[in-house]
Amino acid sequence: MKKQYFLNANIIDTHNSLNEMGGLIIDENGLIEAIGKKVNKNNIPTREKIIDLQGKYIFPGIIDMRVFVGEPGYEYKENFRTLSNAALSGGVTSVVTMPNTNPIIDNVSIVDFLKRRGRDKSKINIFPTASLTKNLEGTNMTEFGLLQKKGIIAFTDGLKTIQNTRLMSRIMKSAHDLNSLILQHAEDLELSKDGMINDGIISTKLGLQGIPDLAELVIIERDLTLLESIKCRYHISQISSKKSVEIINERKQKAKFTCGVSINNLSLNENDIGDFRTFLKLSPPLRTEEDRISLVEGLNNKIIDVIVSDHKPEDEEQKRLTFSQAATGSSGIETLLPLSLELYHNDSVKLETIIQALTSNPAKILKINKGNLTIGNDADFCIVDINKPWIVKKDKLISKSKNTSIENKKLQGKVTNTFVKGVELFKL
Amino acid sequence: MAIKSQKAVKISQKHLLGIQDLSISDVNLILNEAKQFISLNKSKNKKLNVLRGKTQINLFFEPSTRTQSSFELAGKRLGADVMSMNIVNSAIKKGETLIDTAMTLNAMHPDLIVVRHQDSGACNLLSQKVNCSVINAGDGRREHPTQALLDALTIIEKKEKIQGLKIAICGDILHSRVARSNIYLLTMLGAEVNIISPTNLMPEDIEKFGVNKFSDMRKGLKDCDIVMMLRLQNERMTSSFLSSNREYYEYYGLTPDKLSNAKDDALIMHPGPMNRGIEIDTNLADDINRSVIKEQVELGVAVRMACIKIFCI
Repeated sequence: MKKQYFLNANIIDTHNSLNEMGGLIIDENGLIEAIGKKVNKNNIPTREKIIDLQGKYIFPGIIDMRVFVGEPGYEYKENFRTLSNAALSGGVTSVVTMPNTNPIIDNVSIVDFLKRRGRDKSKINIFPTASLTKNLEGTNMTEFGLLQKKGIIAFTDGLKTIQNTRLMSRIMKSAHDLNSLILQHAEDLELSKDGMINDGIISTKLGLQGIPDLAELVIIERDLTLLESIKCRYHISQISSKKSVEIINERKQKAKFTCGVSINNLSLNENDIGDFRTFLKLSPPLRTEEDRISLVEGLNNKIIDVIVSDHKPEDEEQKRLTFSQAATGSSGIETLLPLSLELYHNDSVKLETIIQALTSNPAKILKINKGNLTIGNDADFCIVDINKPWIVKKDKLISKSKNTSIENKKLQGKVTNTFVKGVELFKL
Repeated sequence: MAIKSQKAVKISQKHLLGIQDLSISDVNLILNEAKQFISLNKSKNKKLNVLRGKTQINLFFEPSTRTQSSFELAGKRLGADVMSMNIVNSAIKKGETLIDTAMTLNAMHPDLIVVRHQDSGACNLLSQKVNCSVINAGDGRREHPTQALLDALTIIEKKEKIQGLKIAICGDILHSRVARSNIYLLTMLGAEVNIISPTNLMPEDIEKFGVNKFSDMRKGLKDCDIVMMLRLQNERMTSSFLSSNREYYEYYGLTPDKLSNAKDDALIMHPGPMNRGIEIDTNLADDINRSVIKEQVELGVAVRMACIKIFCI
């Protein structure tokens, strides 16, 4: 590999508190050799080819902490290869994959298969999770210790929540002993039973069973109460309501934990469901505008640590049904960054806060050396034309599944190049 | 309410998916048209040929006696060819999706599809995929527009107006499409609507639709002109909403004692089918001085004729 030189870039690396105009040098091994304002024309040999980025942005490769990949079992929805390509086009270079596959990632032997497939077919960094309980049944714990040794980064039941409080306390104790990370999807499944959208005026009007915000709140309160006595690495995958933001703010003094939010809940609200748009059937559901604003404030006030895409590919047949029959979830990995940038463009959130929630914060929670541009590290990064306008069209999506929640949305900001280990794997 | 003949007015919608989509002039148009059919339905020769050559398909995914037969009769009396799809034997049971069923039927060039489905919004989905008009005969818990229209017509026939009346809707509001359609229509026509239900069967934010809500039936019935009882929809209840039917009857069943809180000339309505002894006292249901339940069924045919005629042409 030849050395690569980039100049005139707006570089943001929140891990290293870097936010400046400057350059980037990648060495022959795909590692970062130099970065920042000190890198300029004068200290680059004149014979070398220099790429002038003309003020475009360089961000560390994005880490998406909540991604569903169809492999194994649902390859027709998404496999590692299609996921990688979709991710790269959105500047995402690392993903945390959910265990809700077929078979479910709940034992050591399936992890070997997963790591092999991930390594052979994926161009991005795959960090697989395993389930908290065997077969996602919510009764017996999986082997956190052995699974971790095989390379499992965290434990979650993905779409499901541990309902049994005794089991949850035992899971936390094991996680404490083994230093395991728990990613909880907070939903009381009895309160949300048969629910499809936020419980309120829209659910009443559309005649759809509602999911009250209490369903999320009671699980968060329960877990955080347990966490006060049992210390462990605990992260709430996604929150969706004002009430959740408030309780998390309150409890952050008492216990150490982190939480995330889906870009869908930051950008859309229940009114967007309109006339039964099944592509907006999501979990957690889109809630009121007041809830959305509260989530944005939560991000600004560092109550919320991470933004995720909650990428859940579903083939169109699963969405061309009545609302109650339609599958839940949306494809969003390639629009995660551009949609997040909307919050910057409309002056809701500072750019550094967004980048932090997409790179250094997830890395810190996961304890991985990614999401930064530290000298000597893998050159995983993306180049972004932050003002470039474009329109989301499902036919143009790279993901195998086209179930985007923001079809026809006008966005500003597009990834033009994505590098993993110094190799350019995506170019617009 | 004055209903004047407004021949020049045209319906604003292609489909009748819900009262929510209708304007007040749409409603008046339908009710005026329906009035003309009331006497026809009582006469000896009930057949017209205004829809001769038109095809109406009744697509019922949920069991129904009165609505389906009412729509069938209404179409036939207007001279349309009416086909009622038997869903038990249809491709739906073989795994065909609603959209594919719609496309298949559409290829047969019907002029009107009347659809009932257990899922809210099913008729909206269907209407996007066919060329002809779609009439919603009840979708999930969302809307049942013809029921609300026939209820309004019944009230107008008996009370000569809706504006200013106090109307109680009582029972399982959460699962009721009839309640929702009636709330939209009766508030649009100027009635004051009281919703009476145990909190477990009250939908979230219902008061935002401009109604008063009560969990105490006696208070909710106070000075009402109309008492509209709803059926307890046990088939839509997935978990425990109520302790027992007898307790429900004790607190929310319509009895002469509770009815005495309403006006002396208050009328009783029920969309049927009734659970006698659960939501309504059996003698009250049959009391010809108070109950207009039979009239509702009778006027239902007239209202559906009006809807079919307006949306088919």
